[in-house]
Amino acid sequence: MNLTLKIWRQKGPSAAGSFEEHKVHAEEDMSFLEMLDVLNEQLVHEKKEPVAFEHDCREGICGTCNMVINGHPHGPQRGTTTCQLHMRHYNDGDTIVIEPFRASSFPVIKDLVIDRSAFDNIIQAGGYISVNTGQAPDGNAIPVEKQDASQAFDAATCIGCGACVAACPNGSAMLFTSAKVSHLALLPQGEVENGKRVYDMVNQMDKEGFGRCSNITACEAECPKEISVDNIARMNRLYVKSVFAGTQGNEKN
Amino acid sequence: MNLDPKIPAGELADKWTEFRSKMDLVAPNNKRKLEVIVVGTGLAGASAAATLGELGYKVKAFTFHDSPRRAHSIAAQGGINAAKNYQNDGDSVYRLFYDTIKGGDYRSREANVHRLAEVSRDIIDQCVAQGVPFAREYGGLLANRSFGGVQVSRTFYARGQTGQQLLIGAYQALSRQISSGKVQMYNRHEMLDLVKVDGKARGIIARNLVSGKLERFAGHCVVLATGGYGNVYYLSTNAMNSNVSAAWKAVKKGALMANPCYVQIHPTCIPESGEYQSKLTLMSESLRNDGRVWVPKSKEDAEAIRTGKKTALDIPEADRDYYLERRYPAFGNLVPRDVASRAAKIECDAGKGIVKTGRGVFLDFGAAVIRYGKIAANTQNISNPSDAKISELGRATIKEKYGNLFQIYEKITGQDPYVFPMKIYPAVHYTMGGLWVDYNLETNVPGLFALGEANFSDHGANRLGASALMQGLADGYFVIPYTIGQFLSKEIRTPAISTDLPEFEQAESETRAKLEQLLKIGGAQSVESFHRRLGRIMWEYCGMSRNEQGLAKALQMIRELREEFWNDVFVPGEIHDYNPELEKALRVADFIELGEVMVRDAMARDESCGGHFREEYQTEDGEAMRRDDEYTYVAAWSWNDGNPEVYKEDLHFENVELKTRSYK
Ligand SMILES: Cc1cc2nc3c(=O)[nH]c(=O)nc-3n(C[C@H](O)[C@H](O)[C@H](O)COP(=O)(O)OP(=O)(O)OC[C@H]3O[C@@H](n4cnc5c(N)ncnc54)[C@H](O)[C@@H]3O)c2cc1C
Ligand code: SF4
Ligand code: FES
Repeated sequence: MNLTLKIWRQKGPSAAGSFEEHKVHAEEDMSFLEMLDVLNEQLVHEKKEPVAFEHDCREGICGTCNMVINGHPHGPQRGTTTCQLHMRHYNDGDTIVIEPFRASSFPVIKDLVIDRSAFDNIIQAGGYISVNTGQAPDGNAIPVEKQDASQAFDAATCIGCGACVAACPNGSAMLFTSAKVSHLALLPQGEVENGKRVYDMVNQMDKEGFGRCSNITACEAECPKEISVDNIARMNRLYVKSVFAGTQGNEKN
Repeated sequence: MNLDPKIPAGELADKWTEFRSKMDLVAPNNKRKLEVIVVGTGLAGASAAATLGELGYKVKAFTFHDSPRRAHSIAAQGGINAAKNYQNDGDSVYRLFYDTIKGGDYRSREANVHRLAEVSRDIIDQCVAQGVPFAREYGGLLANRSFGGVQVSRTFYARGQTGQQLLIGAYQALSRQISSGKVQMYNRHEMLDLVKVDGKARGIIARNLVSGKLERFAGHCVVLATGGYGNVYYLSTNAMNSNVSAAWKAVKKGALMANPCYVQIHPTCIPESGEYQSKLTLMSESLRNDGRVWVPKSKEDAEAIRTGKKTALDIPEADRDYYLERRYPAFGNLVPRDVASRAAKIECDAGKGIVKTGRGVFLDFGAAVIRYGKIAANTQNISNPSDAKISELGRATIKEKYGNLFQIYEKITGQDPYVFPMKIYPAVHYTMGGLWVDYNLETNVPGLFALGEANFSDHGANRLGASALMQGLADGYFVIPYTIGQFLSKEIRTPAISTDLPEFEQAESETRAKLEQLLKIGGAQSVESFHRRLGRIMWEYCGMSRNEQGLAKALQMIRELREEFWNDVFVPGEIHDYNPELEKALRVADFIELGEVMVRDAMARDESCGGHFREEYQTEDGEAMRRDDEYTYVAAWSWNDGNPEVYKEDLHFENVELKTRSYK
């Protein structure tokens, strides 16, 4: 199939960007990123700079391959990352518009590549359980109800891609942050630090300049791991609780 | 050079305990003054950096990724082994040790493997405490499954995303140390050279991948946890950016590459669909519990399937060859990875392949659907169920067990695996070879350590399923935090290392010259095209089976390719910019050199063992023939300015008897 790509080019964080048009030939069985590989090989042969885009695992788990395809982060398929999208979902003659995730907290580095360190900063603010190596009791000393383990797991499948932020008109990071808060809050090992964790992570989220949540739920619709907005509700509850406890603080107090 | 493995004296089972009670310690006030550079923050590196930070060392950690959470470890699916014996099925530290030694075809070091089995139990405890959501039983206790042909259930798992959950656990522990200031994290920094001062590893040159600037970093020692080199084959199940460069730079500075020819080829991956293929996707080993592998008995049927005139469903039972069941009646479809892979190649080479390229076989769940369907009908009290009903019930069971894998398969191939058998083919998956290290995980360069897939230490010539995650975390959480003290305890009087030393100056200017050279060539061929060509040579001649003639040819071809690369590659862009093509060019240049050493290693090893199958050394019925009298050693290679030399470490087996693996 022959396609027209309108693809965002931007030299650096402060440079003005614009769309560039390219023709590319793709096969049905190619993945979307392989189609971009073809484009880049073409550009290299013309002695031009290829389009910078990020990718690594190419199987939907590392969360690197961020781009907006025809208005959708990670493209049209639900529950799918860009690297899992295949060209059989497109037709000969299609025009595809490709741009970076756009959010003020995710500055563009080059072309489609963005800086998501804000997510790391949120995790560093408290997205962990404070246990040193060697301090752990026997694994089976802490039974976890299968249901709780499973819910915690659903939240823990977040790949930190940032599509939720890109999908949100407010550029909010609530889905990402709440997924981590929920993962740890639902487990007995994590419960102890619930209050402090949620307080610190939410404050960090604000510091990073992410927007407020106004319940639009576009995040859930575009999340490649189908993380539920129920996590946001849980985080809000825990946050309010920690504020009222006045401890910034420990649930137990 | 004498390779001293520094194995502690004493009984096998007591070595590690005794080592720890007698090892040199570093006092807390001294730890604060000692700087450790950790390159790589996958499972091995993140767990090491976090733990060393907790202990009080000043740690600088590096990754070329934008965050430690993206390391290749994230993609591991199946699980992690530990000798917990929670299932009360007779598992023990000794059994895990024994299985690993045997699985490795008797080409690993007893003492290291035993230590691995010992600390495996602590890993699970640690990960649970961090909040890793392992699978659980209804009673709330940890669940296990069996993996890769061993006789006990010792594999802990987190759905099909075990690597992701373990890495997130290590990443969180690391994040905690970063926030407390004990670890300084350098994302998007790629190590391009190792700096040695007075013979010791004292720093690195890294390129800031955003600005393109070269930066110098110094420490009292350097730990490499930079992963495996499977991408030398271009196509593999590894993440696209996995590469050998950090380890290779160490080799160029005098470290040794051990057993580079030991590569694991995984039997069940989705086959290549065309020339544009960029990577291969693993279909978990667990599928072979229920899937039956087959090809048509006749070449004509295979041809008809390849050209689309027939489908698998048109081939009657009597015309199918379930070749694993035929050749290995005892283990059937559950033979180890190396055996299953080779068997698929043999069938495809004989013209029985069932995909366009000729390189693919069927993995069929038809029989399992019927078996499970009947069981379900029975338990649901459905008498005389129709065939359709049985299929429906059976498919539901299969979906419950493997739903996510079937979904991945369908996304990639566009075919419904509930109706048509899966098409699979072996692909490069894991590299057992790696930097030579002693019992302390220290290379032959003092102060340079290697962890995880980057070292060669524990898997011999073949790795068992679910053992790489175990080894990476063992190295990072439970081994290096102790063994690094053997080196650092002697460095407490060494002041902070200055990056103004001439050694740093020289390493930086050499690195810059290389970058400039690459950009200057201005040839006609892309980096990608060289990588693909290298991959094809390696796969053809140094892949699933090897012979002397082919290897000699490969050696020649790789040398020519190297020559051509340095004369005709085209690298666009500039040094001082975000430039992925330049990053790739450096990696491919190193892969080409590594490729040569792999081929030499494969030529020098005149035997077949584990992942290394030399056609000249097979039994009458085509099985691998080890030659223990002559080849029970580790082959460790220097680069030696392009004239690689081999050094040998003899392996001594005092606790297990060397046997021929048989799966008949
Ligand atoms: C698809 C797949 C499934 C698997 N499933 C399993 C399984 O179920 N069970 C199991 O036990 N094993 C499994 N494995 C194997 C296992 O995942 C790997 O062996 C293991 O994760 C390697 O971990 P590591 O920490 O050594 O390296 P990696 O995770 O590869 O990490 C390497 C790190 O080094 C960094 N790095 C590399 N070079 C440089 C440089 N020059 N400068 C700066 N940083 C650098 C990278 O950024 C990264 O942080 C699987 C492998 C694959 C491919
Ligand atoms: S919540 Fe979903 S969209 Fe947001 S970062 Fe996680 S996986 Fe990506
Ligand atoms: S490349 Fe890893 S999720 Fe797409």
